[in-house]
Amino acid sequence: MELTVSPAPHIHGKRTVSQCMYNVVLALLPAFAVSLYFFGIGALIVTLSSILSCVIIEYLIQKYLLKEKPTIGDGSAILTGFLLGLNLPSNLPIWIVVVGAIAAIGIAKMSFGGLGNNLFNPALVGRVFLLISFPTYMTQWPLPGTSRWNYTDAETGATLLSKLKEEGYQWIDQVSMTDLWIGNQGGSLGEVGAIALLLGFAFLLYRRIISWHIPVSVLATVFLFSFALNLGGGESLQDSHIWQSAFDFALIQLLSGGLLLGAIYMATDYVTSPMTSKGMVIYGIGIGILTVVIRQWGGYPEGVSFAILIMNAFTPLINNYIKPKRFGRK
Amino acid sequence: MLKTFRIGGIHPEENKLTAQCPVTEAAIPRQVALTLNQHIGAPANCIVKKGDTVKVGTLVAEAGGFVSANIHSPVSGIVSKIDKTANAFGIYTQTIVIDTDGDEWEESIDRSTELNDKIALSTDEIIQRIAQCGIVGLGGATFPTHVKLTPPKEFTPTVLIINATECEPYLTDDHALMLESPEQILIGCRILMKAIGVEQAYIGIENNKKDAIALLAEKASKYPGIEIVALRTRYPQGGEKQLIDAILHKQVANGALPVSTGAIVQNVGTAFAVYEAVQKNKPLIDRIVTVTGDGVTRPGNYRVRLGMPIGELIEIAGGLPAEVSKIILGGPMMGKAVSNLEAPIPKGCSGILMLNERHAHRGPISPCIRCGQCVSVCPMGLEPYLLAKLSENHLFEKAEKESITACLECGCCAYSCPSNRPILDYIRIGKSAVNQIIRSRKQS
Repeated sequence: MELTVSPAPHIHGKRTVSQCMYNVVLALLPAFAVSLYFFGIGALIVTLSSILSCVIIEYLIQKYLLKEKPTIGDGSAILTGFLLGLNLPSNLPIWIVVVGAIAAIGIAKMSFGGLGNNLFNPALVGRVFLLISFPTYMTQWPLPGTSRWNYTDAETGATLLSKLKEEGYQWIDQVSMTDLWIGNQGGSLGEVGAIALLLGFAFLLYRRIISWHIPVSVLATVFLFSFALNLGGGESLQDSHIWQSAFDFALIQLLSGGLLLGAIYMATDYVTSPMTSKGMVIYGIGIGILTVVIRQWGGYPEGVSFAILIMNAFTPLINNYIKPKRFGRK
Repeated sequence: MLKTFRIGGIHPEENKLTAQCPVTEAAIPRQVALTLNQHIGAPANCIVKKGDTVKVGTLVAEAGGFVSANIHSPVSGIVSKIDKTANAFGIYTQTIVIDTDGDEWEESIDRSTELNDKIALSTDEIIQRIAQCGIVGLGGATFPTHVKLTPPKEFTPTVLIINATECEPYLTDDHALMLESPEQILIGCRILMKAIGVEQAYIGIENNKKDAIALLAEKASKYPGIEIVALRTRYPQGGEKQLIDAILHKQVANGALPVSTGAIVQNVGTAFAVYEAVQKNKPLIDRIVTVTGDGVTRPGNYRVRLGMPIGELIEIAGGLPAEVSKIILGGPMMGKAVSNLEAPIPKGCSGILMLNERHAHRGPISPCIRCGQCVSVCPMGLEPYLLAKLSENHLFEKAEKESITACLECGCCAYSCPSNRPILDYIRIGKSAVNQIIRSRKQS
């Protein structure tokens, strides 16, 4: 009889890499459903073509360029494709989606050495690459709820954030908070439904795929920073209306644009975020500050993608300096 | 809120298949083999020769130094061989082989089952008796007990902690012992308290053994100074440092002795052995071993004479399951895989665990996705992914700075890794290299 001999531990937890990836995909399904409802066929076409092209590109690179065994089954390419799709407008032509997928998988992921070695979040690199290369396509957002069967010829408009940026804050009172919560707003197809995105967050916390540290510190920072900014710009702190409008302003900052999608699903990407909980909080605060700074003073109406990518670059530094609390040390 | 340690930890599936099995006496083996280095420290020196007649409890090997332990014959019979033989892990070590003939005990041993709760011996006599009887830590570490009871002069023990956590999955030998002999354990605990001169003792038991907690708490009212502490089930709570942290809320400083917190920790099985040694003059010749695992037909908690061949105990438990692929001495988290079933059961063997083909092998390794699981489960607050990478790249000086030597080798990191990476294997390599560097630095 042959006995297997190997060092301890002899048992292993049930969690696998692909399980982590598919759990995130599952968590994103409510947000995807919201986008199907509001943006119709375009949302489906863009998301599917993004997932397919990411998987195919990874397969081709691994098989023919690197000549190694393709690992598309681990779910990471599917997740990258899904996230990239959710970050795009629902009327984007397929060929541009494919270009984004090449940037995401080919440049941001595989050229760094594949899964686990990339410095920057692949889906975000793809999105930002498209934003810089095709600014007209990437800043025209289909209006929610109209003409669900139209794809590239959908009626478009500006997002709430760009309106705020261009026209100022006078009409804040007219913004419907309900629309923001349910997702009845213009934007990239997966970022609009706040409730759906938070639902997925609860699921990820419950399954312990991610911890609260990054999303909560990002969201809290954006909220408090925006609140303070609006308050500082007001006239008299005695006026209760000032407090109310600062609160509304901060809440709009939280619920519009890609903040929830970014904070919950992109900033928490294992590979590109810090390893310790203390490091995650620092990283999250950094993303929050940069997001508000770009939204307020930058050239773009939205800054979540840039903020996350910039903090991605700081992750190795954070890992180097922020150590967990060692046992038995002060 | 139940107490537990404050950093890291995991809760693997408990799989305590034998939790309800009472202690069963295993038949006396036909032959026993006693390896001379079955404890931590210097090997014992053999004092018998081939052909000698021995009884149960006859001293056959003397402690080979202060940190070492006596070894006694667990059977009566004739010494048939003194030679190097392969131990359970295939390493050749000096071994005394005794062929059994009847079951004649040394007259000095009190074989009555009557409970003796009068502690007659003085502190020094107790420690001397424990040393004579060859008692070692029975949780698996096998550190000689008398050494642990005489800490360096600069430390004054203030409290005794009895480790009855049994945090390893599958193992139930301590659990069975507590249900079988609660009073003996409590008297053993009183003896240990007297030996180190403390008035307070805690018995830490994980909350998955509610019957043992209730039973000991009920009996403990008769024994002053002993408190039963229910702990939240969490691995590696049985680690000395983790247990002190869980019960006293104190963390042993890096590099310091556990006794620097005032606590001396002893295993519950050791407390029972101390009772037998001090009150009954019985040396350490048997122990309870859990035999369990996939497809075992008669799993249970067996009281076994030490030195019995592993294969013979497996026969008693129903024989080798058809699909067995790995056999482990100890628990699945820290136990060692066996290669030789003819080898004897040593003092530190708490269980024999058999795993089938499906559970015996590791899954395929994939790249580290930097999820940080290993960091969050490490009970020492280390960064296992980093230590593994540094070891892999032979960056040992850097690994030393990252406190690789503080690693307990509990295996939480490798257990939790979704990529199945052999994190602990690399850390072990790095740790031994770093220890070597530290030693050579001291010499020069």
